[in-house]
Amino acid sequence: MPVEIDIERVAHLARIALTDDEMAAYGKQLVHILEHAERVQALPTDGVEPTSHPLPMVNAFRSDEVTDPLSRDDALAGAPDVEDGYFRVPKILDE
Amino acid sequence: MTEWEAVIGLETHVELQTKSKMFCGCPVDFGDEPNTAVCPVCLALPGALPVPNREAIEGILSIGDALNCTLTEDSLFYRKNYFYPDLPKNYQISQYTFPLCVDGHLDVDVDGESTTVGITRVHMEEDTGKSTHVGESGRIHGAEHTLLDFNRAGVPLVEVVTEPDIRSPEQARAYGMELQRIVRALGVSDARLEEGSMRFDANISIRPVGSEELGTRSEVKNVNSLRSMQRAIAYEITRQIEVLESGGSIHLETRHWDEAKGVTKPGRTKEDSADYRYFQDPDLLPLHIDDAWRERVRDRRPKLPAAKRARYRELGADERAADLLTDAGDLGGLFESAVAEGADARTVAIWLTGEVVAYLRREETEVGETSLTASSLARLAEMTTGGDLSATAAKEVLAGVLAGEGNPRDVAEARDLLQISDVNAIEAEVDAVLEQHPQALEKLREGDPKPIGFLVGQVMRATGGKADPRMVQDLIRKKTQE
Amino acid sequence: MSDLADLTIAQASAGLRAREFNAVDLLDAVERRAAITEAHLHAYLTLDREGSRNAAEAADIALVGGDPRPLLGIPIALKDNMVTKGVETTASSQILAGWKPPYDGTAVRRLKDAGAVIVGKTNLDEFAMGSSTENSAYGPSRNPWNTDTVPGGSSGGSAAAVAVGSALGAFGSDTGGSIRQPASLTGTVGAKPTYGLVSRYGLIAFASSLDQIGPLARTVPDAAMLLEAVVGWDRMDTTSYHGDVPAISRSLDVGVTGLRIGVITELTGEAFDSQVTEATNATIDRLSDAGAEVVEISLPAIEYALSAYYLIAPAECSANLARFEGVRYGLRVDGSTTEEMMARTRAEGFGPEVTRRILLGTYALSAGYYDAFYGQAQRVRTLIRDDFTTAYGRVDVLVSPTSPTTAFEIGSKTEDPLTMYFADICTIATNLAGDPAISVPVGLDDRGRPIGFQIMAPALGEEVMFRVAAEVERLVDFTARPRLATSEVVAP
Repeated sequence: MPVEIDIERVAHLARIALTDDEMAAYGKQLVHILEHAERVQALPTDGVEPTSHPLPMVNAFRSDEVTDPLSRDDALAGAPDVEDGYFRVPKILDE
Repeated sequence: MTEWEAVIGLETHVELQTKSKMFCGCPVDFGDEPNTAVCPVCLALPGALPVPNREAIEGILSIGDALNCTLTEDSLFYRKNYFYPDLPKNYQISQYTFPLCVDGHLDVDVDGESTTVGITRVHMEEDTGKSTHVGESGRIHGAEHTLLDFNRAGVPLVEVVTEPDIRSPEQARAYGMELQRIVRALGVSDARLEEGSMRFDANISIRPVGSEELGTRSEVKNVNSLRSMQRAIAYEITRQIEVLESGGSIHLETRHWDEAKGVTKPGRTKEDSADYRYFQDPDLLPLHIDDAWRERVRDRRPKLPAAKRARYRELGADERAADLLTDAGDLGGLFESAVAEGADARTVAIWLTGEVVAYLRREETEVGETSLTASSLARLAEMTTGGDLSATAAKEVLAGVLAGEGNPRDVAEARDLLQISDVNAIEAEVDAVLEQHPQALEKLREGDPKPIGFLVGQVMRATGGKADPRMVQDLIRKKTQE
Repeated sequence: MSDLADLTIAQASAGLRAREFNAVDLLDAVERRAAITEAHLHAYLTLDREGSRNAAEAADIALVGGDPRPLLGIPIALKDNMVTKGVETTASSQILAGWKPPYDGTAVRRLKDAGAVIVGKTNLDEFAMGSSTENSAYGPSRNPWNTDTVPGGSSGGSAAAVAVGSALGAFGSDTGGSIRQPASLTGTVGAKPTYGLVSRYGLIAFASSLDQIGPLARTVPDAAMLLEAVVGWDRMDTTSYHGDVPAISRSLDVGVTGLRIGVITELTGEAFDSQVTEATNATIDRLSDAGAEVVEISLPAIEYALSAYYLIAPAECSANLARFEGVRYGLRVDGSTTEEMMARTRAEGFGPEVTRRILLGTYALSAGYYDAFYGQAQRVRTLIRDDFTTAYGRVDVLVSPTSPTTAFEIGSKTEDPLTMYFADICTIATNLAGDPAISVPVGLDDRGRPIGFQIMAPALGEEVMFRVAAEVERLVDFTARPRLATSEVVAP
């Protein structure tokens, strides 16, 4: 099947602000890569289970025990913007 | 005129009261200081990995079990991808296909009429952080900037999704109350709407009565009490009917309940529909719930509200008292034990849901903190039915027992409340009263029943209220006929 | 050899214990080597002078007390996608510039507990996406055998450092060949263990179901020793293997007599450099002469491995890299709303290859395409695993070239992403299967560029894999060193 990509929507979903030129270039490259993947799509896989984990393991848990959190200084140390112990970001809605 | 029918489905999020978070050891019980219960995992630092909390999984299974769900044998964790600043990984670990529990149901009663609400699924999620919007409005609209606290990020959440089986705001509220009772009975959450540990979203649409098709729905959020959920749904139904009857159409949208104004308002309009790109989380192994595990969950199931209510009715409590006892936790157990010790069910139910509840509320205490026991209730009931105490005196004794003055007999004696059960002693008082009031006796003898009340009252006064009024009345009648 | 920087880990460990030199001397030698070679190679992003000095001094005290830990005092390098407490960790991305983590990853902690001296953090393709280390936001690394060529990637900095002696050993991560291919291109030994054998806690994730930490070293026994220090179950990583660890170094001296070795027929042909094919065949002949039974094995589904990989890995990375958005750490580019801030930060902070893969993965997971792309790739993954399982019913190990070519010129493959992706043609299938594989140098081509030989084994088959690798090392006796590793070279 011919690959069609709404690159603007993909870039929006991925939250990457691209220029029109960049979008055009990435769009073309993606189509190229996905056309190469077409042979994978042609492979018959009826009744084949998907593999998500290479080793067939199940059920790994921790018990409900409290461990020491980071100090707040450590938690905030890498933050680009901080106010009164909070991470600070610009407004959420554009109005 | 078209007659309309509402079609309502509810999505409920319940915060589990584990000690630690869903995927890390940070405490769930944190204080007000922001960002003090966070670690590399719940802060989504590069390289950190989630490890699921077994207790949280068990909590979800027990909720599913209580809602009559099938506990899925093989269940998977998924990533739900969306960017939002309060979501540290910018994906939420959730479940998609193969949730932990599916296909359950819950029966709810409204005015004696029972409805079965289908439960589509019960699955695991993790909570987000908390946003504080800074600016004059104090809300997301018109904010200047936003502050983020990730203490709540990663707290275990359960989502319970119903089928669109609910038809009225009252049913929705009854469902909410019953679900709340269940999670509290299971001891997995305090389920407080006002504190956000239980949250309801309602999907509402309307259709002409008789139609099988579903109308376009709106999703109502931001209800923080069961009462406001009922109001919000009622408002939304009326709104949709008005829109459709005036020739408009309903949009698929999220609407927020404004408690103060009593209206729903459109939320942020989405320029595009969400695409969450769900896929199985490669950091987490599949869950395998074997027969033994399912058995364990069933074995540990406590008596659930519906079963309790039925049992209280069966024992003799009326409908209102049965509801109250079901909601009152410890009192229900006390009721059952007192009845088992031979107490009259109606009498005990009335005391527990009346005097006892009022006392506990007034004193801000729990029944376990008082001296009231099942056997003291049984003794008290025995004394009342046996004629040792009048109904009024019994309530006074109950107050004394609650206050720790001793067992019912000691309290009754100390407060001098025991009825005079010696017929001769009462007869003597009756004779004395009749002697003092010959006109009244005369009227009775002539067939006018009016003075009887007055005469009984005089005898009661003379005995300091300790005579059995029925016995007094009988004696007066006997004297009249002499 | 007079320079301590040219010692193997085994030799250095013996020398430390014999009091011939101390750990600080060893660190000095390695740092002197780095001072000369770094200007040519750019293997390191960060040299942790204070931390390494403290660790070396502590090692010397412990050595006096007869402390038997084998890695005590050994200077090693870590790929910069391994999280190190207090030491800048960037994954070669602008988006993490300046980030000093508040914690150590599990493998890092185990290495510190083993007494290893961490010299610094090495360069990589940004977020481990690439096969040449050219995709680093901080500039490419170069191959010590020929500084016009790439050292391979994505663990190119670690491979270059080990090859030149600015570390005696190193760790990298391997998602589609990122340890083995640079090992091949730099004449070093590089091993990708069984998925789950080494905890991924503290490895900055690229593709979670494929990523695995592993060692790079000058010799097979050194690689085994490094791996043994980090393997084993970790309660912080649910995908780590909760069982007995294979006896990695137990059979290094046993030889290959009686072993059955399968040659993968799909990994030969015109697409392969003829000198690589010749060296591979020569090695197989030697193994046969040494007593192994050699058979040809066909793995039909392996032809689809590359395409399946380039759907699965980008899909996982599109979610794994969503956490980099300028809120809690790293780069922020301002915007009038949070959404704009995030999108600008990510546009500025990610390089082209990372952006490309995030877009590709986002698309492959999006509504309407999931099943055709991601779902189908996961089913193909099952077919590949099944092929390997069948093969390991017949043979003990499988062999192939590690890379279809020797080191290529910097800039020669950056135009077309697909050409670069082809560099991983021999290595990707084992990541999809979750199996271990190792690359051992077996010679130089006529331009003096190293050729690597790959040995693959079934899951948890590290013992037989290292056994064959050690025999190849003995049979081939590869002793050449890059010119940059000799003392005539000076800083420019």
